[in-house]
Amino acid sequence: MATRLHRELADRTAGPDSLALQVRGLGRAFDGRSVLRGVDLDVRPGEFVALLGASGSGKTTLLRILGGLDIGFSGTIRVPTARSVVFQEPRLLPWKRVWKNVAFGLRDSDARAKARAALDEVGLRQHADVFPATLSGGESQRVALARALVRAPDLLLLDEPFASLDALTRIRMHALVAELWARHDPAVVLVTHDVDEAVLLADRAVVLIDGHLETEVDINLARPRHRGTPGFAAIRQLLLAHLGVDADHDSPPDPPGPPDPHQN
Amino acid sequence: MESLTSPVAAATAEAPPAPDGPQAAARPRRSGPTVEVTGSPEANNREWVRWVRRVLALVVIVVGWQIGCSTGLIERHQMSSPATVVRTIWDMTRSGELPDAIGISLERAAKGFALGIVTGVVVAVIAGLWRAGEDLLDTPIQVLRTLPWLALIPLFIMWFGIGETPKILLIAIGVFFPIYLNVFAGIRNVDLRLVEAARTFGATRRQLIVDVVLPGAIPQFLVGLRLALSVSWLSLVIAETLNADSGIGYLMNRAREMLQTDVIVVCLVVYGALGLLFDVLVRLLERRSFRWRRGFTGN
Ligand SMILES: Nc1ncnc2c1ncn2[C@@H]1O[C@H](COP(=O)(O)OP(=O)(O)OP(=O)(O)O)[C@@H](O)[C@H]1O
Ligand SMILES: [Mg+2]
Repeated sequence: MATRLHRELADRTAGPDSLALQVRGLGRAFDGRSVLRGVDLDVRPGEFVALLGASGSGKTTLLRILGGLDIGFSGTIRVPTARSVVFQEPRLLPWKRVWKNVAFGLRDSDARAKARAALDEVGLRQHADVFPATLSGGESQRVALARALVRAPDLLLLDEPFASLDALTRIRMHALVAELWARHDPAVVLVTHDVDEAVLLADRAVVLIDGHLETEVDINLARPRHRGTPGFAAIRQLLLAHLGVDADHDSPPDPPGPPDPHQN
Repeated sequence: MESLTSPVAAATAEAPPAPDGPQAAARPRRSGPTVEVTGSPEANNREWVRWVRRVLALVVIVVGWQIGCSTGLIERHQMSSPATVVRTIWDMTRSGELPDAIGISLERAAKGFALGIVTGVVVAVIAGLWRAGEDLLDTPIQVLRTLPWLALIPLFIMWFGIGETPKILLIAIGVFFPIYLNVFAGIRNVDLRLVEAARTFGATRRQLIVDVVLPGAIPQFLVGLRLALSVSWLSLVIAETLNADSGIGYLMNRAREMLQTDVIVVCLVVYGALGLLFDVLVRLLERRSFRWRRGFTGN
């Protein structure tokens, strides 16, 4: 299985109109219990895709396969070599200072300068030299984001990176991710079960049900978006319906003001 | 760390509002007992208070000991007084007898300790990092571990005679087990999620071991180190008391034959003091290697 993955990596033909991610007939079973079956997914370079699904539907499983952390799958995937992951938890090495965590694994000679620049981008320049234990949850997650970005990925995989953050911090993180995505232009797969998050950030949402991707919803809304953007509520209702939530019983919260991307 | 203790902790139970008061029409509100906590910002700066308390406890014991001896409550041939002990230390130091013995004992302990640590760490890393290593090494070690290592003395004397080798080996074996067990457990307890993250960020195999797995095992290693220190000291005492013609244990044995209670007590004091010193050293090491950690430190 490992060899197939590596061959696929080697075969990748770079080009402006090639896909950033191609998944064909992907299946994954744990102890005979099939979690994913027949998953097909194409992501264009620079496209932002939200992956929705109920808890336990296999979102993390799919993302781990895309990230190269799990090779026990069937089917084929074609992914860029330059890809990085932000996990649900920060997963920083507690014994390494923040900037070393960001630079971890970089082979460049100017790794330190790159790490500092990346920390600057997520607004943590002054925390570069502290140990991760002194950071707040939101700060740790921003370090994790910097660590992913510093690798200049063609594909950025985000597994519910904001799920553990408070609502205010989450709004700021949404703005930050939107800004960084616009600037660095990687293809993004964002796993979330927050429908609002998907509508705020993504170009397209796919819903994972019963082990395969049931629905695709294009989100053609103007950016920057907020909960009051025209069309927001309609797409939100649509996605909720696909997820099997009776939207009438789940009225949207009062739309807050547009998130300020420069707020930090 | 935040201070949870407080000089003032007052519990007050508030009476429920009178039913005919202005809030009578509103939904009745329950209010349970409350506690008032006053912060003490300097709570963390009281390190010197703790030192005073520690020293005070020791002083009380020594003074009590001296009083017991001076009043005849403790008989002289059973236990020497602190004053006598100090005098004997002085005499034995001037004659060079005590420093020589300490030097020899320390050398044995150091050699055995170093041997035990190096082998313990190396074997634990091999068994911890590779399944095959675990299968081949861990099982026999777990079996050997159940054997009280001091029971090896007769066999060692038959194999190696009564020179330095059996003593050093005895110490090394005693040290090996706590080190091996703790380093192995430490490696196996390293958070798999960290290893996984490091892999996705392009860590080489060497980086994975040096930057992720081994640092993650250090806390557990230091626990093993402290255990190993007391074990090595214990093995040293036993090895030296059984057969030796030099070292602290030898001094003690000879004193027993010549009924010199004061020399025996001096040797005990030296064993104790050096053991304490090593413990302090390990704690310092712990503190240095844990600057990155925020842990519970007690109230
Ligand atoms: N290593 C594993 N061994 C056995 N079963 C697994 C393993 N990893 C995942 N599973 C199972 O696969 C299913 C999907 O898990 P996964 O973590 O992908 O869900 P998820 O969609 O990410 O859920 P959540 O939203 O709660 O994070 C679950 O039923 C889980 O128990
Ligand atoms: Mg998940």
